[in-house]
Order: sequence, then C-alpha cells, then structure tokens
Amino acid sequence: MTIVFVIILAAMVAWAISAFNRLIALKGQTLNGWKQIDVQLKRRHDLIPNLVNAVRGAMEFEKETLDAVISARNQAVKIQADTLPTGGVQALARAEATLTSALSRLNVVVERYPDLKATANVTQLQEELTSTENRVAFSRQHYNDTATSYNVLQQQFPWSLLTAFAKAIPVELWEITNERDREVPSVDLSMK
Amino acid sequence: MSNANLFEQQRLNRRRSAIVVTIFLLFFAWVGFGGDLAFYLLTVETEPEQYHHTIPWIGIVATLLGVGIAWHARRTGPKKILWATGARELVTPKRQEEQVLVNVVEEMAIASGLPAPKIWIVPDKDPNAFATGNEAAAHIAVTEGLLDMLNRDELQGVIAHELAHIQNHDVKLMTLLAALIGVIVLMSDAAWRSMRVGGRGGRIKIGGRGGGKKGGLGAIILVAWLITLLVAPLLSRLMALGVSRKRELLADATGAQFTRNPRALAAALRKIEDSNAPTTAIGRGSAHLCIADPLGRRLTHKEGFLADLLATHPPMGLRVARLKAMAFQHERTGVLPESV
Repeated sequence: MTIVFVIILAAMVAWAISAFNRLIALKGQTLNGWKQIDVQLKRRHDLIPNLVNAVRGAMEFEKETLDAVISARNQAVKIQADTLPTGGVQALARAEATLTSALSRLNVVVERYPDLKATANVTQLQEELTSTENRVAFSRQHYNDTATSYNVLQQQFPWSLLTAFAKAIPVELWEITNERDREVPSVDLSMK
Repeated sequence: MSNANLFEQQRLNRRRSAIVVTIFLLFFAWVGFGGDLAFYLLTVETEPEQYHHTIPWIGIVATLLGVGIAWHARRTGPKKILWATGARELVTPKRQEEQVLVNVVEEMAIASGLPAPKIWIVPDKDPNAFATGNEAAAHIAVTEGLLDMLNRDELQGVIAHELAHIQNHDVKLMTLLAALIGVIVLMSDAAWRSMRVGGRGGRIKIGGRGGGKKGGLGAIILVAWLITLLVAPLLSRLMALGVSRKRELLADATGAQFTRNPRALAAALRKIEDSNAPTTAIGRGSAHLCIADPLGRRLTHKEGFLADLLATHPPMGLRVARLKAMAFQHERTGVLPESV
C-alpha cells in the first residue's frame, strides 16, 4: 500500500517540476522577446540620423517630413523601455507608432523623386529602412505571440496553481495604439 | 477545412506527423526485436545446456547502430550537403539582391525567435532553397535563380518556410529516419543472403524435437518477421516520405505564422513550380529539405495515388490552396487564436 502512495507522490512531484519548468521557460522566452524589441528599436534610433543626412541635400524642400522624423525619433529615444513588460508599454508603443508613421511618410516622399531614387545609395537606404521597420514589426509580433502563450498558460488549470511559486505575472502586449490602424478601410462603390 | 487558421493547421499537422512517426518507430522496433522474440520462444523449451536466446541482441545491435549513424549524420551532415551543392557562404553582401537576402533572413530569424542562421548561395539557375543544421547552428541555402525570380515578400515567405523546418526540428527528424532506414536496409540484406544460404541446405534447428506450443508460436513469428524484413526497406521509405510530406505542410503553416503573409509564400510556390528545370545542384538525398522537390519530378504537380505514395512534397495545388485559405481567414478576421 505504501508503495502506491510513494509512486503517486513521485508522479505528482515530477509533474509539478515539469509544469514549473514550462512556466519558467516561457517566462524566459517572453523576456527575451521583450529585449529583442528593445534591440531593434535602438537599432532604428541609431539609423535615423544617418538616413536623414543622406537624403537631406536632395530633399531640402521636404523639410517638414524630415523634421517630423527627427522629432519623432528624439521623442521615442527619451522613453526608456522597462526591464519588465508589466506597465508603461502603452507610452512606449505610442511614441514608436508616431515614429513608424513619420518614417513611412518619408518612404512615400522618396518614391516621389525619381532622380533621388535613381542613385544606388538611396535604393540601399530604402531597403535598409524597409528592413529596419520589418525587424521592429517582427520582434513585436514574436513578443506578442510568446507573451500571449505565457499569459494564457498562467490562467490554465494545472499551471495556474504554480504561478505564485514561479513568480509569474501577466505581461502587457505591445498593441496598436493608433486607432486609425485598426479601422477597416471604407470602400465606396456607389460611383457617384 | 472549416478551421484553416494558422495555429490550428500547425496543431493538426503536428499530430498527424506524430502518428506517422510513431508507426515508423513501432515498425522499427518490430524489425529490430521481432527476431529476438521468435528466437526466444524457439529456444525457451530446449534443454538447459543448449543455447537460450534471452538477451535481444539483434534489436540492441540494430538500435545502437541506428543511433550511431544518426549521431554521425547529424554532426557531419550539414557540411556534406552544402559541399555537395557547391554552395558558397554569403558573408559580406555585394549586390543589392544579396543585401536583401541578408536582411530578409535576419527579419525571419527575429520573427521565429531563432539565432540568425548562416546563409549560402547555390550556383543554380533553378529557383529552390533548403535548410539544414539545428537551432544553434542553422544553415539556409538559396539558389541564384530564386534570388532573381522572387520579390522581397515572396523571398520572405520561402525563408520563413525554411526557418520553420529548423524550428520544428525537421532536419533532426528526417536524419533520424534516414539512419533507421539505413539499418533496416542492412538487416534486410542480411536476411536475403541468409535465406539463399538456407535454401542450399543449411537448416535452422527449430525448437526441441516435440516443438511445444511456444515453439510453434515462435516459428510463426519468425516467418512473419522474415517476410517483413524482405519488404521493410520499401515500406520504411514510404513511411519516411509520408512524414516528409506532413512536415512540409507544417513548415508552410509555421512559416505563415512568422510572416503573417501566407499569400506571398503561395505566390512564391507558384513561381517555383512554373520553372520546369530540375535543380541540378541539389541531389536526391537532400530533396526533403528543399522548399520544392529539386528533382523536378512531376509527382508534385498532380494529386492521386502515386503522388500520395512517392513524393517528398505534397502536391503544389494542395499547398497553395491551404496557404490561400489561411490568408483568407487571416485577412477576414485579422485576429489569431490565443495560443499555439
């Protein structure tokens, strides 16, 4: 009879250990994803001055667009990411969203100047800009995916018992703050 | 196909390939230990001083051999495959397309959460790509034709598919299966040979004189085991191909999760399919690692019995249709389910 109890106890301990480890592993992945966003944002902040300098000469008359990029960048740099994504994500996300829209405007403007586009340098810069924006977006997406699994796991039954023990708390997602991005574009087919 | 969303498809594909892999492993266990069981039953009732087959040597040796081959292949495989294709490593990009490739690979590494893989370029005009290695040291190779033919989004889809293979441990899985097939072929060969010898007069001494109940069962198992051994190489290869096809669909779905753009991969697959030439630089052995069958066999162009049985990749039409279904659902709802 005792042997049965010992076996059941051992199984429970083994289960608890593996569930605990699962939580800890996911927590690590989430924090790692959060740091990756930070890395990519820093990379973007460092890139922007060079980018603006490269096109400034040819785009003197688009001063507004360039200034918007610079000021959005300086705003974004000021807001430091927390070490833990449990608050303050909103402010950071808002600043970065402003920068994103300023940069995409710049990309559109560059398209309008065929002479500027013709130089290989600018094509390279555009690719660099596209890639930088993609990296930021994909690091965000990866973080959101991992963080969502982490948050869901914390609420699911066997793991929910262990959250306090594993010091697991729900983390904030990096969500779109710009309401316009969420809107479905309205299509008018009335042909007035 | 009612719930064709990204995560659901991955879950389904994972489960299906797990079933096939389990069947494969059970089959290998039977090939390895079936003979041992037969010999045990045949010798258990003989006199004490005669040979008793109590330790399953055949199975143990076969398992160790398989693990050894797999371990060796895992260590040296990537280097050999890359060397065989004549690929060169892309370290400092010179052309614009190369820079784009480097950027796209970096982006997809970020999206998948894997460390950035090494990039190789295969000098071949046919569009194709493959991945090898493990998560810590992954390699992604693309042909020159692929770089010329695809636009940025399509290239991203292909790279995402290859990184998905790495993340889903497909390289490891297929290496293991290939090693087990190697062992099965060896054993089958030995069975053929010993049968020919047996036919010439050498007779295995079965059981005691009486041939008790267990001896009879042993003889039946022995015959069944020998028959399986003869057809085992073919059967095991067909099963491995089945696993390969399932893992391709899984990699398509995982790749779509990385890019959130299944339509681009579908477009890339169409372009790759439309270029008819086989990828000469990529050999038969690494076919299952590629984005599309490099041999240009027409099997992946049609559905049907032969394609279901013999192709390394699922029919292109099926892959494109599934990706389009995912794209439709993703674009319509814009929301993804909570968990993988």
